Formats: sequence, C-alpha cells, structure tokens
Amino acid sequence: MKSVHHRRIASLARHFRMEEGGSIAFSPTSATASSFAHVKQAPEDAILGVTVAYNKDPSPVKVNLGVGAYRTEEGKPLVLNVVRKAEEQLLADRARNKEYLGITGIPQFNKLSAELILGRDSPAIAQGRVITAQCLSGTGSLRVGGEFLATHYSGPKVIYVPSPTWGNHLKIFPLAGLETRTYRYYNPKTRGLDYEGMIEDLRAAPNGAVVLLHACAHNPTGVDLTQEEWEGLRKVIRNDKQQLPFFDSAYQGFASGSLDTDAFAVRRFVNDGGETFIAQSYAKNMGLYGERVGALSIVVRDPSVAARVESQLKLVIRPMYSSPPTYGAAIVSTILSNPALYDEWKVELKAMADRIISMRHQLFDALKARKTPGDWTHILNQIGMFTFTGLNKQQVEYMTKEYHIYMTMDGRISMAGLSSRTVPQLADAIHSAVVKFSS
Amino acid sequence: MAATSSSAVSALGSAATFVPQRQLSGLTSAGVSGQKVVSTTSFVKRQFSGLRGAAFPGQKVVSTPLFVKSNSRTTMTLAAGVSKFEAVTMAPPDPILGVSEAFRADTSDAKLNLGVGAYRTEELQPLVLNVVKKAEKKMLESGENKEYLPIEGLAAFNKATAELLLGADSPAIKEGRVATVQGLSGTGSLRLGAAFIQRYFPGAKVLISSPTWGNHKNIFNDAGVPWSEYRYFEPKTVGLDFEGMMADIKDAPSGSFILLHGCAHNPTGIDPTPEQWEKIADLIEEKGHMAFFDVAYQGFASGSLDQDADSVRLFVKRGLEILVAQSYSKNLGLYAERIGAINAVVHSSDVAVRVKSQLKRLARPMYSNPPVHGAKIVANVVGDAALFDEWRAEMEMMAGRIKTVRQRLYDDLSTKDKSGKDWSFVLKQIGMFSFTGLNRAQSDNMSDKWHVYMTKDGRISLAGLSLAKCSYLADAIIDSYYNVQ
Repeated sequence: MKSVHHRRIASLARHFRMEEGGSIAFSPTSATASSFAHVKQAPEDAILGVTVAYNKDPSPVKVNLGVGAYRTEEGKPLVLNVVRKAEEQLLADRARNKEYLGITGIPQFNKLSAELILGRDSPAIAQGRVITAQCLSGTGSLRVGGEFLATHYSGPKVIYVPSPTWGNHLKIFPLAGLETRTYRYYNPKTRGLDYEGMIEDLRAAPNGAVVLLHACAHNPTGVDLTQEEWEGLRKVIRNDKQQLPFFDSAYQGFASGSLDTDAFAVRRFVNDGGETFIAQSYAKNMGLYGERVGALSIVVRDPSVAARVESQLKLVIRPMYSSPPTYGAAIVSTILSNPALYDEWKVELKAMADRIISMRHQLFDALKARKTPGDWTHILNQIGMFTFTGLNKQQVEYMTKEYHIYMTMDGRISMAGLSSRTVPQLADAIHSAVVKFSS
Repeated sequence: MAATSSSAVSALGSAATFVPQRQLSGLTSAGVSGQKVVSTTSFVKRQFSGLRGAAFPGQKVVSTPLFVKSNSRTTMTLAAGVSKFEAVTMAPPDPILGVSEAFRADTSDAKLNLGVGAYRTEELQPLVLNVVKKAEKKMLESGENKEYLPIEGLAAFNKATAELLLGADSPAIKEGRVATVQGLSGTGSLRLGAAFIQRYFPGAKVLISSPTWGNHKNIFNDAGVPWSEYRYFEPKTVGLDFEGMMADIKDAPSGSFILLHGCAHNPTGIDPTPEQWEKIADLIEEKGHMAFFDVAYQGFASGSLDQDADSVRLFVKRGLEILVAQSYSKNLGLYAERIGAINAVVHSSDVAVRVKSQLKRLARPMYSNPPVHGAKIVANVVGDAALFDEWRAEMEMMAGRIKTVRQRLYDDLSTKDKSGKDWSFVLKQIGMFSFTGLNRAQSDNMSDKWHVYMTKDGRISLAGLSLAKCSYLADAIIDSYYNVQ
C-alpha cells in the first residue's frame, strides 16, 4: 500500500511529462481549465433511464416495465422468425452491397411502407400525392417532419400534442423549430378520453396549426378514440380549422392485432383528400428496435407539389445524417414484398398483441383477487403496449424500492414486459403501494 | 451571389460570416474552385412571434423553439383545396449525391462515375470487405437480439473507435478523458458536434476550409452555428495556402472552432505536413481556439490506420481539448450502415462524463438511439485480432489500388499533354480524391461530352477509377482543360 507521499509524488509526476531532450512540460490537464467546464451533467432520459437504473439493480427478482420493448413469456427479448428468415436471405444474396442509399432511403421500402399504413388501394398513392422517406424509426421521422414544417409550412409554426404524450415529443418538436403546445386528452377521473376538452382546445387553437395524433395505442395512456370520436375530431380539424394532422404510428398491428384496423384513423383522414403527415415506426411491430427503421410520409393535395416537397425534404435530411441506415429497411422490404413472409409476420404480430391482452387480464384478475382498493377496469380497457395505472410518483418510487419494479414516474407500465411469472409480484407491489399511499 | 477573390474574403472579416439559414433552393453553393461565395441572401433567424404564451385555457405552452428557421410567411392560405405547401420550390439535386443520380440516368457505355467517394474495385464494382462478410455471418449465427442500444450507442463500438483513433495505449483514454458517442457516420457525428457547439458555445464560430466537403456548411447552418472560411487551397501551386490558412485562423475571434480534416482532405487531397500540423496546433493553442477534426479517411490516406491518425494524436499529446467526428463509411466500406462517432477529448474525466451526457441529450430528440448493425460489425472486426489484421490488409489493398491508379493517370496525362503542364499534383494529392483544377464549365464538359461524372468543383474520386479507364479519363481532362473556358 502506497504512502501518502508516494501518492502525492505520483500525482505530481503525472502532471509533468518528460519531453524528448529531458525538458519538462506541463500537462495542461492539470494547469488549464477545461473549455467544457461549464457543461453540466444532464439528467438521465426519463424513459431510457429506467433501463439504466434497472440494469444497476442486483436483485434477482427485478422487473423492467419501463421502455416499450416486447418480452416473451420467459421475459426475453424477441427477434421474429420472419426477421431471421429475411436476414438469412439478405446475407445469402450475393448481389447485395453496402453502397450509400439515396437520401430518402430504399424506394421499395418507401412504397411498401406507404401501402402498409394507407392501404394498397389508397387513392392518395394512386394519384401520386404521397411522398415517403425512410427515416430513423419513429423519432427520426417525427424530427425530419418537424424540421420540414418549421421551414416550409405556410401555416402557423405551432404543433399541438396531447396531454399527456410520449415524453420525447416535447423535445423533438421544439428542437425542430415548432412551438409546442398541448391539448387536453386524458381524463384522470374517468381514466379515459377527455373528448370535449380535446375538441374545445383544438377549436380554440389557431386555424392551420399542426396537430399531433397518436394513430392507435396512445402512449402513455392506452386510451384511444372510438371510430365515432375519430370522425368527430376529423370534422373539426379538416372542416372547421383546416389544421394539419401529423400522425405518430408506432404500434400498427399491436393495438388490435390487425394492421388494417389499427390504420383506421390515418386512412380516414387521408381519404378525405386533406394533407397529412405520418411518422411510422417498425421498432415494435417488427421487433426491429435497434435497427432504427421508420418512414415519414407526407400526403399533399396536389401531385405537382409532391416532387417539390420531396426535393426540399432531402435538404433537411442531408445535413442531419446524409442518408438512412440500410439493414433494417432491407429486412422490412424483404418481408413486406414476400406474400408468405408477410402472412407469417401477421401471425407473429397477432401473437404478440394477444399475449399483451392476456397479461392485461391476468393483472386485472390478480388485483381483483387481492381486493386491491380502486377501480382497475382501465387495465382491460386501455389499448396497446402500455397501461396508465394511475399510480403517482410516490407509489412508483415505493414499488421500485421495495419490489424492484421499474417503470416510468408517470405511472406507465409496459405490459409487454410482464409475464405470468411476474404478474403476481406486480400485483403485490401495486396493492402494497395503493394501501400504503392512498391518493 | 457575389464571387470574391481570396484576399477580399479575409478583408471582409466578420462580414464574411454566414448567418445560419436553412439551405434553400437556388442558394446552395457548389463550392466551385477558385470562387468564394459570399451569400447575399437575407434569410435570418426569425423570432416566431404572435403565438407565444398560453392564450387559451387548458393549453399549456410547453416550450418555444430555440430558434425558428424559416423564410415563409405566416399568413395562411384559407382557400380550400390549395396545398399548404404550394409555395415550396424545387430544390436542386445535392451537388455530390446528385452526381450519382445523373450517372444512373446516362445510357452511354462509356460513362464513368467519379462523383461520390465510394470505393470501387478495378472492375468498378462496389466492394463489401471480407472482414465485414465474416462479421455479419458471425452476428447472424450468434443470434443476437435487436434491442435498443443506449442513446450513446454500443459500448464495445465506442471503446473500439476511441482506441482506433487515439491509440489503444492513449493516456487520454486511460484517464477517462474521452467522451465518445456513436453517431450516424460522419455527417451525423458532425451534426451532434455542431448542435453541441450551438448550445454550449453560443455565438462561437466555426471556421471551415476553402474549399471543403460541400455538406459541412449545410450541417452548421441547420445546427444554427455561424461559420466562415479559412484559406486552404492555392490554385497557383495546386497546393496548400499555408500562410493564408494561418492568417485566417489567427484573425478569428478567440474561442472559435477550427474544422480540420484529419487526413486526406476532401476535396483537395492536400494535407498539411507534420511540421505544418505542429504550427497549426501552436496557433490554435495560442488563440484559445478548439480543433474540430473530421476523420473520414483513417487508413485510406497512407494505408496505415495509425499514421493517418497522427494529426489528431498530436493535438491530444499536447493536452489540447478537441472534438473529433469519425466515419467508417470508407475504411470499412460500411457506407449505408451509417456508423461513426463523435468524440470529445477533454481535460478531466468529470468533464468527459458531463459532456457525454449532453451529447446524449442532443441525440435523443434527433433519432433516440443509433442503429445497431454497423456498430456490431465494427466491434466484431476490431475486437478480433485475426479479423483486425485482415482488415488492415484489406485497407492497404484499397489505398494501394488508389495510389496505383494515381500513378497511371499521371503517366497518361503527362504523355498525352504535349504542353508540358505539370500534372504532378495528381501524385502529391492524398486519399480518395483529386482536385483537378477544372472549373464548372469544364466539369460540365466532362459529363456532357465524355460521360465522366464528377462534382462541379473539379473533384474526381479516384476510388471510382480503374487502370483500364485512365487513358480515357486523361483524354477527357485534357480536352476539358484546354478546349473549354
């Protein structure tokens, strides 16, 4: 063990370096203040930080219900069989190379993505009114769309997002250059949709404002509009306010298990001939999370506008990352263009959606069995990957500390991270938290 | 747009600073050789007014943008049936990527694509490196999952990339003074660096070389960072205007960022000598500037990964804080996988941790987390001793082919051009590109008459040239140089 003196001398010696010729030079690491000294530590991202905290926890019974990533009944991440098949096909294809994609990505991928969300028989596609650019998953599509609007939209540069919404929306749009405001959405009393509040706020918003809509499986609440409510909303947005809908579609196929059903709202809006922005993600429904695959589609009124819009879209993308990554999009393209693989995908997708629905039932039953105070039917009614439990920050912190349940502070849990094995633990945790800290 | 001579640019001083603006149609500069572009556009940062404040009950203003990039009117078209994007004008094709589009459209058998810097074999085919194929096979066989990477990217990749750049035994790495965040190749890494400068060094200017890669100015414009140029290319000597470069760096306000190409300068192929690098480092230190290195060709310049990193390592050895953007597009042939990194080498590990956290905070609202595939390929190649050696050999082969092609082109030009013009710059220039000295009209002649596609600033990518085509290219260059003004 070195003495204090040894350590001090060693420390000093590190600050001096022997240059060639024997002269000593100060290492500026000790002498000069860093030009970055004023940079503060950023807090961990609220959602991704949950996984960071989870990873640090040594407990063998820890459960990660933070980030929306699908887990099997065994609690393992899942790579779809069709994805593996597609990968093998790509690897074996001698004609493939890694040359730069065009700025807007793989043309076949773009075409198939537009068809997936809008329907193969979409009039907008047939009329040449849809521009699609491959982007980096949902986030990248939203950011590119936002930056394009901030520069080129002739309406007010303001976007309305639901309250609450995915936390990253509140960061993406301001940085893209859009003033970001909220409209009422979730009613905590009913744990359902505040339809009147939503309509009122959008009526009061400026004409022509951009309105962000979750296509299905609202994140974080799981509360979606009914078809009638979508129609009511559409009339206000299109007829009364001429506002621009910007759909975030991250869960197509995951909400109901049906790709077409989950695209209802997007298609209803696009089919009325109005202009629409759509951000698509394949992170969840194809399990391609880390490959960052998505698409931005812009539906314009007029085909003559489409080419000009596409050319300017490229000017947004080029200084951001030049062109998108090929691998994930090539997987998607392979699957969507092959009828057998497409069908196989639909089956695997439905299986994931069904497992989540079964977790909902299991959790609801477990809370009922424990006679946990409160009405928990929202667990059954909410749609998609997440449940907005209604638990508060204090209860959540307690559940993390005592039961090693990792979730976001807003009370959102990812049902996709639950299994039959962990449902009892979660039910115990919720029960205990609710009893201890009744709100 | 006014074109000014190089001496006038420095005389303009701060007037030659470009206010960040969205690059819009008709206003992009192709950076034609010899022409200094001073933008006369009036696009400025516009404060968005009129809709601030929570005017309506139940609405919460979450935040206003840092700055609004716009040239559009806020009046709206209320007439039904008119697109809200009617006023959008057609943008010109990208000066570099647009060349490949034009090449693809050309039906001539004689066509030659010397536009984008993508390596081609002697048969003019794209190349996927053997080590990459092996790595991908290994990755598929190991059945790894596709979970989100953390915002900062794949840890194994970040470690490997910092070590490749600085040396595995680098004290800076050992002392935890290097913040590395995986980025979307060179462009994405530069953009993160630029966004970081905009937020943490507001008002600081970046100096970029004249000429430089065409996309640099777009990146800084969209990030909202003002920039100006330092003299670099001297057409008379077809070499480095070192005095001009040093004078412009000296004149820049203290605390400016100096964008330096680590090696194989794009588009000129002209690199400072080691002695010149020392002087550049002296001056940057003296003026309190910060070097921002763009390292897109490590291994491609000399064939040696270590040698090509000498400039960066010099600065780090001096104890200077630097930013470095890296790309694996060329040296590992991973173009479309978009794999690179932004590094900050700083004075202490505490600072490195904080800087990394803020880089992450910029990446999250841009794309959340980076793509996993390319990162795993790099980590697998670098992490396996046999694959790493094989990579070095493939790297040397690629760089070697380019040197061979340079020699043949030089020989053909010297033989065919009877005027005695000195074409030796073709041999002296380093890396993928040669800056031919052809002007815009001459470059147009190359494509129109000879079906040789290159960027309009006179840059040709030797990576796209075969020995078999050297003679044809020499004819085309000689014709364009002498017969077109």
